[in-house]
Amino acid sequence: MILDSKIPAGPLSEKWTQHKFNSKLVNPANKRKYEVIVVGTGLAGASAAASLAELGYNVKAFCFQDSPRRAHSIAAQGGINAAKNYQNDGDSVFRLFYDTIKGGDYRAREANVYRLAEVSVNIIDQCVAQGVPFAREYGGLLANRSFGGAQVSRTFYARGQTGQQLLLGAYSALSRQVANGKVKLYPRTEMMDLVVVDGHARGIVTRNLITGAVESHAAHAVLLCTGGYGNVFFLSTNAMGSNVTAAWRAHKRGAYFANPCYTQIHPTCIPVSGDHQSKLTLMSESLRNDGRVWVPATKETAEKLRKGEIKANDIADKDRDYYLERKYPSFGNLVPRDVASRNAKYVCDEGRGVNETGEAVFLDFRDAIKRDGEETIRAKYGNLFDMYQQITGENPYQVPMMIYPAVHYTMGGLWVDYNLMTTVPGLYALGEANFSDHGANRLGASALMQGLADGYFVIPYTIGDYLAQIGPKPVDANHPEFQKATNQVKDRINQLLNIKGSKSVDYFHKKLGKIMWDECGMARTAEGLKKAKAEIKALRVEFWKDVRVLGDNEELNQSLEKAHRVADFLELGELMIDDALNREESCGGHFREEYQTPEGEALRDDENFAYVAAWKYTGENQEEELHKEPLEFENVKLTQRSYK
Amino acid sequence: MKLTLKIWRQKNNADQGGFVSYPIDGISKDMSFLEMLDVLNEELSNQGEDPVHFDHDCREGICGMCSLYINGKPHGPQQTTTCQLHMRSFHDGDTITIEPWRAKAFPVVKDLVVDRSAFDRIIQAGGYVSVNTGGVPDANEIPIPKRIADEAFDAATCIGCGACVAACKNASAMLFVSAKISQLAMLPQGQVERKERAEKMIAQMDSEGFGACTNTGACSAECPKGISLTNIARMNREYFSAVVSSENV
Repeated sequence: MILDSKIPAGPLSEKWTQHKFNSKLVNPANKRKYEVIVVGTGLAGASAAASLAELGYNVKAFCFQDSPRRAHSIAAQGGINAAKNYQNDGDSVFRLFYDTIKGGDYRAREANVYRLAEVSVNIIDQCVAQGVPFAREYGGLLANRSFGGAQVSRTFYARGQTGQQLLLGAYSALSRQVANGKVKLYPRTEMMDLVVVDGHARGIVTRNLITGAVESHAAHAVLLCTGGYGNVFFLSTNAMGSNVTAAWRAHKRGAYFANPCYTQIHPTCIPVSGDHQSKLTLMSESLRNDGRVWVPATKETAEKLRKGEIKANDIADKDRDYYLERKYPSFGNLVPRDVASRNAKYVCDEGRGVNETGEAVFLDFRDAIKRDGEETIRAKYGNLFDMYQQITGENPYQVPMMIYPAVHYTMGGLWVDYNLMTTVPGLYALGEANFSDHGANRLGASALMQGLADGYFVIPYTIGDYLAQIGPKPVDANHPEFQKATNQVKDRINQLLNIKGSKSVDYFHKKLGKIMWDECGMARTAEGLKKAKAEIKALRVEFWKDVRVLGDNEELNQSLEKAHRVADFLELGELMIDDALNREESCGGHFREEYQTPEGEALRDDENFAYVAAWKYTGENQEEELHKEPLEFENVKLTQRSYK
Repeated sequence: MKLTLKIWRQKNNADQGGFVSYPIDGISKDMSFLEMLDVLNEELSNQGEDPVHFDHDCREGICGMCSLYINGKPHGPQQTTTCQLHMRSFHDGDTITIEPWRAKAFPVVKDLVVDRSAFDRIIQAGGYVSVNTGGVPDANEIPIPKRIADEAFDAATCIGCGACVAACKNASAMLFVSAKISQLAMLPQGQVERKERAEKMIAQMDSEGFGACTNTGACSAECPKGISLTNIARMNREYFSAVVSSENV
């Protein structure tokens, strides 16, 4: 199949306007004849469900949490970018577009990214109108800050809880439509499969997590707003329930999966404290504005530190290695996320890690406190310092923080065209669940922007074009495909419950996570990836022979829920490895050790790899088929990123 | 650390339920409370016993999903969410009692999991500004004094966990409801529907079976986000002014 991205013709800045005009419309009186399913109620899902219901469509919204307000968008801390140029500092739609393309290491589609930058300004207006309490200046206007190394201040924020406030805004809009009867909510309900009839997405199969009831729902279109798949690594900053199941089931029903190996590893997370660790906590990267990153200059000093013979504050400046400042004098501690993460790994691999496990570096505020005073630092980062102390029991005003990189975001996802439609007609993917806007590396404060752009301002326009074409005839919920998919889900549940093996679901999840982190994490090699592929295959076989899932289907059964999710991660993991093996270059978050500059930086191969790798599922235990969408750059010049 | 856990087990809503004691060993002070329960569940699972069910998701104190009543306090001894509570707050040899939220409006689903959909229905009754997507003014056309914005933010940080209801002897939801009513009553965006919102949300709160407020302040003292009791005073004022001028009478 030739992947048609449906990028409109014409100059970059006019594509979206022209496309909106060329898209077909659904008559207002006909909108109420259409049913739309939205899976996931994070920023993308809640905003899409609310906006489509406002237009008059009948929406069913599903989430596995007990309330739509709990989706993991809520945990985003830093902020949301928008090209408002309120600060008069030279920002523009084109600059936000350019920064995002460059930050993504030239592996994203120009047209999509430009549209994202264009609608970013509307998002802020919308959220303010909803009553989202953004930070303000004394004059009453909105405040901005610079974020993630951007040279302009374009980030809007609500203390360190921007994601929470934006999600509660979208949730309030969604709640209003529930009250209006235009949205029917299905909390504690998990999508288990996609129903495809004559090549079009026509519904989903769900499991009610309280009663275990397996049901199907029919609709004219299905929107997957189900987030990323970082939990394939077991340990990540994702919520415990975040999973790939909805996207993976859709993939197995015909939706191509794009760039699965693009994973963002965030440099400033609280390190793992032991085998019991269940998740990792991010510390906002704003901390790098004042904190200095270092490890001891020698392995010997680091060993003494790990044994507790000396303390961090005992180490004199000459025995410290501020390695980011040393290697990147112009950007110093503010290098992009991928560069900061990789360098933390290098120094720890050299045996210079600073905690018991040897996998941590210092983020030190001593000099900032000396320079600005403790009160100033408290005003800037108080809540983060408190959170750090809560989790680690150490006071970061007195001793340096310890940090280590952790899996945070996945840029890959379901392949979508300019309309956000996957390769299955009628099936859309929004937000982190799709692949389209961040290339190989996402910039800070851009995830919230993309989720809301897709939900509030893209899908309401693009879905009409498809719905108008298929017409409002009701979808036949009695079509045999619904029963068939429902039976398949029931069979799989029974299969899992009947294995009655000897190992828990977490045993497999942790093993998978370790393989992925060791071989498909911050640095990858062909040899390691091949080894990992064999290990995952073996682990998957073992899972289906020896996993133990207790209890019954007809009750709240958290180990059954988890077993489904881990079974899908075991398949996704292998595809991520295939993709990482295929991409014989380094770009953004994907670093292949074989492809680096003499200074150890990522070395792209634009001649051979300036394409989106979209994978087609071909059957159980079959190799997936690679399809390439070439990336064409007409408005930016591809350059080597340098932060020296 | 070696501990004894006294945990409420209840198969489903119809089941009567009761406490079951579990000894547990090898708990490190660096574990979070929920990670300690993960260890217990792994052991139970290895013995072929049904794991203890509890709600949790983000495990960083913001989603509001975790909800345990620990040693007689919602979210345990610290003023934080259960997921942010760490075992260093306990001592070797302790007995820890773990219960679900107890309130008529939060029926138990299983073990420590309760149904908090009443909160969603209260928000649906009016916890929003009725604006459609698009067609709104430029963000900076609505200037808001910083003090007001900050105060509205303080109310808006509520995570909807329900600890306020669990802490209250009357199982009142006033702190939760007042946080949303306050946020929107303070902001210019919320003025148009101000009266109607207060009336409708409070009517929904009452119909869900939450109790009344007797101003003991337990809700605010136990709130992991420190939502202030001032919000309840503000809500009462909003409600009275709405009712006396109501067109719905």
